[in-house]
Amino acid sequence: MDEISYAPAEGLLSFTWALIALPALGAAVLLLAGRRADKWGHWLGVTTIGAAFALALGLFGSLAGLENKSAHLDLFTILSVGGTEIEASFLFDPLSAVFCLLITGVGFLIHVYAVGYMAHDAGRRKFFAYFNLFAAAMLVLVLGGNYFMTFVGWEGVGLASYLLIAFWQLKPAAATAGKKAFLTNRVADVGFLLAMFTMLGTLGTVDFAEVFNGAASLSAGTSLAIGLLLLAAACGKSGQWPFQTWLPDAMEGPTPVSALIHAATMVTAGVYLIARSNVIFSLNPDVQTAVVVVGALTLLFGAVVGCAKDDIKRVLAWSTVSQIGYMFLAVGLGGAAFALGIIHLLAHGFFKAGLFLGSGSVMHAMNDQTDIRRFGGLWRTMPLTYATFAAGWLAIIGLFPFSGYFSKDPIIAAAFAREGWQGWVVGGAALLGAALTAFYMTRLFVLTFHGPKRWTEDVHPHESPAIMTGPLVLLGLGSLAAGGLMASPVTEWLVPVFGEHHEPHGHLTHMQVTIATTAAVVLGAGLAWLLFRGGTDEVPRAAAWPVRLARADLGGEAVNRGLFERPGRLAASASVAVDGRVVDGAVNGLSAAIGGSSRRLLTLQTGFVRSYALSILSGAVIVVAALMVVVTQ
Amino acid sequence: MSESSGLQIDWAGLAPLVIVFVAAFAGLLVEAAVPKARRLPVQVALAVAALASAFVAVVVNADKNGAVFSIGGTGLGSVVIDGPGLFLQGTIAALAIVAVLLLAERRTVRGGDFVAEAAVVADSAADIEQRREDGATEIFPLTLFAVGGMMMFVTSGDLLTMFVALEMLSLPLYLLCGLAKRRRLISQEAALKYFLLGAFASAFYVYGMAMLYGFAGTVDLAGINQAGVSSGQPRMFLYIGVAMIAVALLFKAAAVPFHMWTPDVYTGAPTPVTALMAACVKVAAFGGLLRVFNVGLASSAWDWHLILTIIAVATMIGGAIFAVTQRNIKRLLAYSSIANAGYLLIGVIALGDAVGQTMFYLAAYGFTVIAAFAVVSLVRDGDEEATHLARWAGLGKNSPGTAVVFTILMLALAGLPFTSGFTAKFSLFAAAVQADELGLVIVGVVSSAILAFPYLRVVVLLWLSEPAPGAPTVNLPSPMAGTVVAAGVAATLVLGVAPGFLLEIVDQASTFLNT
Repeated sequence: MDEISYAPAEGLLSFTWALIALPALGAAVLLLAGRRADKWGHWLGVTTIGAAFALALGLFGSLAGLENKSAHLDLFTILSVGGTEIEASFLFDPLSAVFCLLITGVGFLIHVYAVGYMAHDAGRRKFFAYFNLFAAAMLVLVLGGNYFMTFVGWEGVGLASYLLIAFWQLKPAAATAGKKAFLTNRVADVGFLLAMFTMLGTLGTVDFAEVFNGAASLSAGTSLAIGLLLLAAACGKSGQWPFQTWLPDAMEGPTPVSALIHAATMVTAGVYLIARSNVIFSLNPDVQTAVVVVGALTLLFGAVVGCAKDDIKRVLAWSTVSQIGYMFLAVGLGGAAFALGIIHLLAHGFFKAGLFLGSGSVMHAMNDQTDIRRFGGLWRTMPLTYATFAAGWLAIIGLFPFSGYFSKDPIIAAAFAREGWQGWVVGGAALLGAALTAFYMTRLFVLTFHGPKRWTEDVHPHESPAIMTGPLVLLGLGSLAAGGLMASPVTEWLVPVFGEHHEPHGHLTHMQVTIATTAAVVLGAGLAWLLFRGGTDEVPRAAAWPVRLARADLGGEAVNRGLFERPGRLAASASVAVDGRVVDGAVNGLSAAIGGSSRRLLTLQTGFVRSYALSILSGAVIVVAALMVVVTQ
Repeated sequence: MSESSGLQIDWAGLAPLVIVFVAAFAGLLVEAAVPKARRLPVQVALAVAALASAFVAVVVNADKNGAVFSIGGTGLGSVVIDGPGLFLQGTIAALAIVAVLLLAERRTVRGGDFVAEAAVVADSAADIEQRREDGATEIFPLTLFAVGGMMMFVTSGDLLTMFVALEMLSLPLYLLCGLAKRRRLISQEAALKYFLLGAFASAFYVYGMAMLYGFAGTVDLAGINQAGVSSGQPRMFLYIGVAMIAVALLFKAAAVPFHMWTPDVYTGAPTPVTALMAACVKVAAFGGLLRVFNVGLASSAWDWHLILTIIAVATMIGGAIFAVTQRNIKRLLAYSSIANAGYLLIGVIALGDAVGQTMFYLAAYGFTVIAAFAVVSLVRDGDEEATHLARWAGLGKNSPGTAVVFTILMLALAGLPFTSGFTAKFSLFAAAVQADELGLVIVGVVSSAILAFPYLRVVVLLWLSEPAPGAPTVNLPSPMAGTVVAAGVAATLVLGVAPGFLLEIVDQASTFLNT
């Protein structure tokens, strides 16, 4: 493996920091200006992110002209710990460049859309402040030049996501969902921190170039530990099994948030982390297998649950879980598939953002209802939303020649190419996932836009204003074409990051996979069309156990409850009991004393100090005993 | 200086201590000489001026490395000036200035938090009468004595001086704990508990000191370290001595299982005193631990490593788990202070590799926690502090400014990036990893993840809950408490965003004399 080095930033590229500063400045102004900014605040938000997009394009252009294809920028030293210096450094290379374009480009469209979507919300200025804050944090995440900076962005997007999910804080569901997201993420973040400490302990650095160059010298156990810890962090942020439960609940936030954060950008941070650490993951086949298993499991899990949901945003959320599963599968397979994962991520960013914004447009028309059982026949009243949603639908199910075909098929082929029986298993899972995706997305599409109207009485659907449909149209076009346009140029563009790889030959030829996938997709979509073109019941019917299980998130919640909540509650009530008897007793005893029973107080008080003293004494005995044990060994 | 055989004193090195103690005695004279109405401003000015000059004296002493007292050129161990000692003295002085301002707060509640005459029987007619009076101003000289004791504690080079300093810092604190104007019985109970248990712990200290003297033939820390290698005495003396000294110091540091007093005393004591204890005493206690283990017991590290590790783990996990169920903000902060003692113990165990980072952690934590207690003292139900968390629900609606400040402090305690809590934890844990203490660091990270939960629950409560009916009011602080909050928040943010300068200072100041 060649030595990895990054060239120092020059010219326009030395302004990489401005990419982050623009939205951060917007957020600061919006938060500090207060109500004075209510009138124009949203336009400031849109402008800063638009300017960031323009700058990202310029940087992209300068990077393309470089030979080394990387620009490294050191600002200042943040921490210096025992000889290790941690710099505030940025790295602009092909991988972060495509992410910057996705974040600022799609982010810009969604910002514009949100101007219309949030028009009647009293907190619109605050919303745009948080939205800008998110963009800034996400850019720190992908531009960070070492794991520490990535972690700073990682925590920042977590905070912004929490603030935005709980934006409608008076809705208890939204507040709970926000908390759930934050806590799940914090648990997974422990993995990130420990991975960093392991790097510091073994390599003495968290700088990307130094870690990657030194990774080969790590023992197998250490690289396994670092890989698994990073995987845990990635799973938390990306809603992968076993951390998937927070993502669908996050749909309680405003729809533009779901589109930007919980579909297009933040949830793909896990994929970024694994792709960025490709050197570490490629070192250890066991880690790669773990990533593949997580990806394959999650893509099926999400697809199965998606089939049973009736809430338009939740179907899309589970579909996000499932699609990110595909990306994990790809980056887990390694080699040539790293680039495939990134391409699917970019294509997904377009079509899933479009689908979410489309669903927001539908909700706008239907008085914020989300139950697809009560939609139907909307294609006539909202033609633009319909057309753009159709584009997203065709893209996600992956029919030739739409986006998903170019981004998902190669992943399925790569899965089949894995050696031995594993290839058949993960390939089969990916193929089954494609069929299921076609089924649930067609169900969603048909139930929403076709068939008889099953509206509740008080709705009068109408097309959304131009400020919302404009971004929809652009994203729709992107959904149709992005995959085909990006597939081979992006692979080439990313060569400096992932290295040159040859397409592996496996159990099936590419043609065979294409035929099988197309057949699976047509089968899934056709079945859904047949079942649901005549509409469906307006309320869910009693169903057989597989459907019931899927409606219950395949038991994900039950597992949470059984495995974490119940023992947690037990531990909590146990410590409450201890606290009640031992500690609160003092306070209670005192109030009894004020009531006049001083004798009781006396016994209580001496009792307690005695018990405290006993604790100290027993502690001292233990200390002496432990010293003796060590010494006599 | 070799020609003179008498006692030489480095007065400049001694200046910080002298200034504080002289000011404390002057404060007692002020009580006798100045009319009652003017005592408060005089006392506050005196205390702040003394602490500020002590801080300046510490800065002047920077780079000094040696004993304060020496005979014929040979340094005596009693008081030593070295990097860690000076840094900790400076930290204590700076934190004490902030704490004194909080003690002086008289606007949030009329007359302040302190009783006018502590000898009046609680809840008697006379007590109810005196609730309208201004609080006693003796608290300022008492605080100065305690602070002087702390500053001496972190620079003592032998066990005997350290014991004197320990008592000097403890006795005024016992008294201060019992001086609350409201809920006096709880306050007095806290003082008595703290006193009894503190005396118990001191007995351990003296016994341990005797054992170590028996082993080493000296109470000088460097001499004990030397004896750890060369003494011919039975090592049993050393082990018992180490254990007993450790128990006494861990009691002050509030490590499990010597922590039981902490929640009761933190809750019962007047909030400004709690702030003083949580910030300054924490610094002093860990300063003492660092010095004893780095200078005196480094040669026997292998013997005590296991038991200190067990205690650190128990402290980190115990503190965090107990904190989860707390419904009272002062109790929550008390258990969080216990958990933080656990993280700091990692720094003690890691010895020389982590001294600087431990000191940074102490400074960062001190400012954050002092500001947190200051905010607690602002939120009131009538005259009493609203310490029950349910009363804090929806505070963000009625008092957004206070809620923002408290949110920042909670996020810092939870260790989020861009706050001092994160940089402090990160640098401490990173240093510990490099000292091969990865296991402890894993426990530390897990514990702080648990501990983040109660903090974030407070944040959620502040912003996302509906205000309770008859919600407590946030009293506008006077410039005194306002300065405390502002200083605490500023330090929290500055050390979070640009900690470089202070990390550099602790890095240079991290070598003990005689190690």
